[in-house]
Amino acid sequence: MTSRMKTATERADRFTTISGRPIERLYTAADTAGIDYARDINDPGVFPYTRGIHASGYRGKTWTMRQFAGFGTPEDTNARYKALLRAGSTGLSVAFDLPTLMGRDPDHALSLGETGKCGVNVTSLADMETLFDGIRLGDVTTSMTINSPAAMIFAMYLVVAEKQGADWQTLSGTIQNDILKEFIAQKEYIFPPRPSMRIITDIFAFCSTHVPRWNTISVSGYHIREAGSTALQELAFTLRDGLEYVQWGVDAGLDVDDFVPRMSFFFNAHSDFFEEIAKYRAARRIWAHAMRERFGAKDERSWKLRFHSQTAGVSLTAQQPYNNVVRTALQALSAVLGGTNSLHTNSLDEALALPTAEAATLALRTQQIIAHESGVASTADPLGGSYFVESLTKDMEDGALKYFDAIDRMGGMVDAIEQGFPQREIAEASYRFQQAVERKEKIIVGVNDFIQADASPIEILYIDESAADIQLAKLDALKKTRNADQVSRSLDALRRAARTAENLMPRILDAVRVYATVGEMCDALRDVWGEYEEVPII
Amino acid sequence: MRKLRVVIAKPGLDGHDRGAKVIARALRDAGMEVIYTGLRQTPEQIASAALQEDADVIGLSILSGAHNHIAPRLMALLKEKGLDDVLVVIGGIIPDVDIPKLKAIGIKAIFLPGTPMQEIVEFINANARARV
Repeated sequence: MTSRMKTATERADRFTTISGRPIERLYTAADTAGIDYARDINDPGVFPYTRGIHASGYRGKTWTMRQFAGFGTPEDTNARYKALLRAGSTGLSVAFDLPTLMGRDPDHALSLGETGKCGVNVTSLADMETLFDGIRLGDVTTSMTINSPAAMIFAMYLVVAEKQGADWQTLSGTIQNDILKEFIAQKEYIFPPRPSMRIITDIFAFCSTHVPRWNTISVSGYHIREAGSTALQELAFTLRDGLEYVQWGVDAGLDVDDFVPRMSFFFNAHSDFFEEIAKYRAARRIWAHAMRERFGAKDERSWKLRFHSQTAGVSLTAQQPYNNVVRTALQALSAVLGGTNSLHTNSLDEALALPTAEAATLALRTQQIIAHESGVASTADPLGGSYFVESLTKDMEDGALKYFDAIDRMGGMVDAIEQGFPQREIAEASYRFQQAVERKEKIIVGVNDFIQADASPIEILYIDESAADIQLAKLDALKKTRNADQVSRSLDALRRAARTAENLMPRILDAVRVYATVGEMCDALRDVWGEYEEVPII
Repeated sequence: MRKLRVVIAKPGLDGHDRGAKVIARALRDAGMEVIYTGLRQTPEQIASAALQEDADVIGLSILSGAHNHIAPRLMALLKEKGLDDVLVVIGGIIPDVDIPKLKAIGIKAIFLPGTPMQEIVEFINANARARV
């Protein structure tokens, strides 16, 4: 640097990413001197896939525009899905309500006030049939954000597909099914960790034969980040969760190449533009090496990390909500420049309610404008070779590997969770961030600076109790029309299977087919395994 | 003067606890005695905890939309137990249209996204009394 640059005054004493990593004034070839293109970066579609898993980048096809949606009754959400498909979204994504997520029926005491509020209520196969009425499952791909009761909801989807005449061998979609991040961050667990892992490996095994094109898991960092982790923690804990699932699958007797190709990932697209891009590139490189070297995977599909991303809900503000359109656009752009395979963009009213139809449409248009107007999708990994981005990518990789070592020494991720390690890291990071905001070390436009008294409040989607009333009435009617004896026997068989090493999926399918409810099936497993209670770490 | 005793609670099914935990820590750092109930509490469990812990303040964290069910039930239980002088506040996502109803049943403040921790600390210090 010239002496003039050295003495120039700057706006702050230090510049860091939103995660606290220091950023230099300038990056040059000196910063990337140790990086070897063929070894560390390589072309897209070539190991270690730093530049992407597809040789053609987005020229073959763009990322999937997959907008997460769900509210109220299955009828309400079915209409929203049809509207999103008409507006050009290229994949479906289901948001379930809290009772469904927590394996409770609408008539459970804890479900009062909750049914249909945060997502769509699905209590039985009948609701799944309604949810996809007029949508051919053989012709779309659907991602379902469901974790503890993933096996039950997945079984419902499979039966609907079967009834529509779709072939399970070609059926494609994803279930999130990532329980480790529930213990770490989102807290939508039901059963204790070890039986929860068993359900997951049962699903891996079942799908490798019966639903071979289905993504059996979406190992998630989104929620870890939303809970307050740094970008590095998000990267490290997500990938280490991934390694944990691979190890448990192998320990359950599966061959790595039989199930790893159908693992997928889900990252946050947060506000620090270049840090996010580096995170995604590092993720691909780390995973490729881990699969080939740590697990001896031979199929290159096992080496290729595929991921969905969602722009950061937690970064969006209640104040001046139209600013959120800008935040979402920038975050989406970083995900695209990082090579995301699928993307959800949040709506401007994120901090206020579930999205209105207009806000949801604008979020989708944001992706379409990036894809078709900005030109960034015309070449693969356009930022590859940037001194800054390659340095940041290498740093993130190094940092993640250090976390892997620490967690390995604790005995693995299940052990680390039982010791409270990732939870503590997140609690610390989230408090530090809030303190930084309150000291105005981090500016949030409209919140701690550039404040203005809001103009007229915007219209939001208001969900009242009518969805709950409808779902309760349906549940009542269902219990009168289904064969109670068959249901009871199917639940007994499920409980018996849970006590052995038998794969649970066939038993769950049996119960689903006779219209056992989510609550009933989960209660059967609660009877065997009990419920998990965390020790909160503040 | 004894420290203010605050019960921070997560009612209902929602497990999103980042806000509740950050506020719990901020209140602790500000010199209050904080009891965090953990997740998935019923109004009955929260009222019991408030009684057992001699709470001066109850802070509910609600992002799920279940506030119109949870808040009235809790306020009724507090009244039953002779705890209606406990300061009750809510943090989370509450539509504007529901705020007057919540204030009408005795919720003294609703802290929406973006509220600084310091504002919450100051409100509690200004409006709560050590009850015992």
